[in-house]
Amino acid sequence: MKKFDYLKPKTLGEALTLFTKYGEKAKLIAGGTDVIVMIKQKTMAPDVLVSLQGIPGLDQIKLNGSLSIGPMVTHRAIEKSEIIRKNFSALTDAADYLGSVQIRNVATIGGNICTAAPSADTATPLLVLGTQVKIKSLKKERTVSIEEFFKGPGETVLEPGEIVQELLIPKLLPNTGSAYYKLQRRLALDLPLLGVSVLLSLDKDKITCSDMLCTASPISSILHKMEEDNVVCKEVRIALGVAAPTPWRAVKAEALLRGKKLSDELLEEAAEAAATEAQPRDTIRGEAWYRRDMIKVMVKRMAMKSIERVVQPEATVFPERLW
Amino acid sequence: MKQIIKFSLNGDSVELEIESHLTLLQLLRDKLELTGTKEGCGMGECGACTVLVDGKTVNSCILPAMEVNGKSVTTIEGLTDVQGNLHPIQKAFIEYGAVQCGFCSPGMVLSAKALLDENPKPTEEEIRHGIAGNLCRCTGYLQIVQAIKAASGQT
Repeated sequence: MKKFDYLKPKTLGEALTLFTKYGEKAKLIAGGTDVIVMIKQKTMAPDVLVSLQGIPGLDQIKLNGSLSIGPMVTHRAIEKSEIIRKNFSALTDAADYLGSVQIRNVATIGGNICTAAPSADTATPLLVLGTQVKIKSLKKERTVSIEEFFKGPGETVLEPGEIVQELLIPKLLPNTGSAYYKLQRRLALDLPLLGVSVLLSLDKDKITCSDMLCTASPISSILHKMEEDNVVCKEVRIALGVAAPTPWRAVKAEALLRGKKLSDELLEEAAEAAATEAQPRDTIRGEAWYRRDMIKVMVKRMAMKSIERVVQPEATVFPERLW
Repeated sequence: MKQIIKFSLNGDSVELEIESHLTLLQLLRDKLELTGTKEGCGMGECGACTVLVDGKTVNSCILPAMEVNGKSVTTIEGLTDVQGNLHPIQKAFIEYGAVQCGFCSPGMVLSAKALLDENPKPTEEEIRHGIAGNLCRCTGYLQIVQAIKAASGQT
């Protein structure tokens, strides 16, 4: 492996100074599960690595109205966070199936979005959760939405000398559920063929089946009941990974659902629209036609899973057991 | 660039000067001659190089050695007790025939230890999810799962 110097600043300020000083020769390293692999594969050849591990304040999860996630929070910490599991479930789904325990113990959410792979597991959950990314350099601080953050495969809006300081998820509407599905060939250590996240907010007041029937019924019956009760979808976000050069939001599909009365047919229509809007490619992992077909299936399923999580907030999160 | 690194290794304090680009695996095998930890893929995918850092499993082949400064590292060599007796998980692996070629075993045993330390009575599904990052090319997973279950006191 190429030789490099390894610097361990003790504060964010020190890290910014070093990162700016070494300029193009330096790369930031968080958990290193991408960076070290890229150096070994010779797709990256920095002379200096500036490590962000151990810098105080960057590895905290804090709920205070909005949810603040430090860039150095590991996927394992997200997977284990009850706050995230209950309120921001799509992110738990993603963290739980990223890499292996060994990878999740080390790999960070900041690293995941800064590597900016079109397949990044946490990207689509962060998109549907409406995440804001706080960025800091020696000169300035700025905040961009996660939509703006991704520019292309491996490309972000980060300018030289800039470090992601915090991820902020604004308070969600009441009666919101979200879910992520990673379509993969095996259940661990795989990159997704497709990543699908959906978030739905309902005007739950109108659901009359808040009793035994709803909590024990299959989701398709719940949906049917909601249709009878004129339950409206107040907010919806749909995000897809590995379906375009960057993780992105299927806004046309969202528009079909937003403010409308929920029904099985409408979910199907929205899922179809997301599949039409997507630009999947043929790759060694799967062909475009297959991805497109599966977008249609998975968008509907994740919408149903989101509804299920509104009705049954305590339900265990195991995506592969749903159907 | 050379840097001083100080950490606890299998309970003993270690301090040495190393080149700062070393991975933890290189430090363990090449500098400290602890060859129980194996190198498989070298890319963080197979788990043969699994060791514990502060009790958590990591792929030592992609972890910069400098990151264990001030931390506690446990390798397979550190699992036996002071008399040299094998750890209960190791005994269970032998009893259940969970070792074929043995290359994945050190990492597999350490993943099992981290799993049981956190979740003393895992279900079979939790065991499989817990060792998903350790590939066994002999594919003797059934015996491995049985051994971990037995080591947790469940039959």
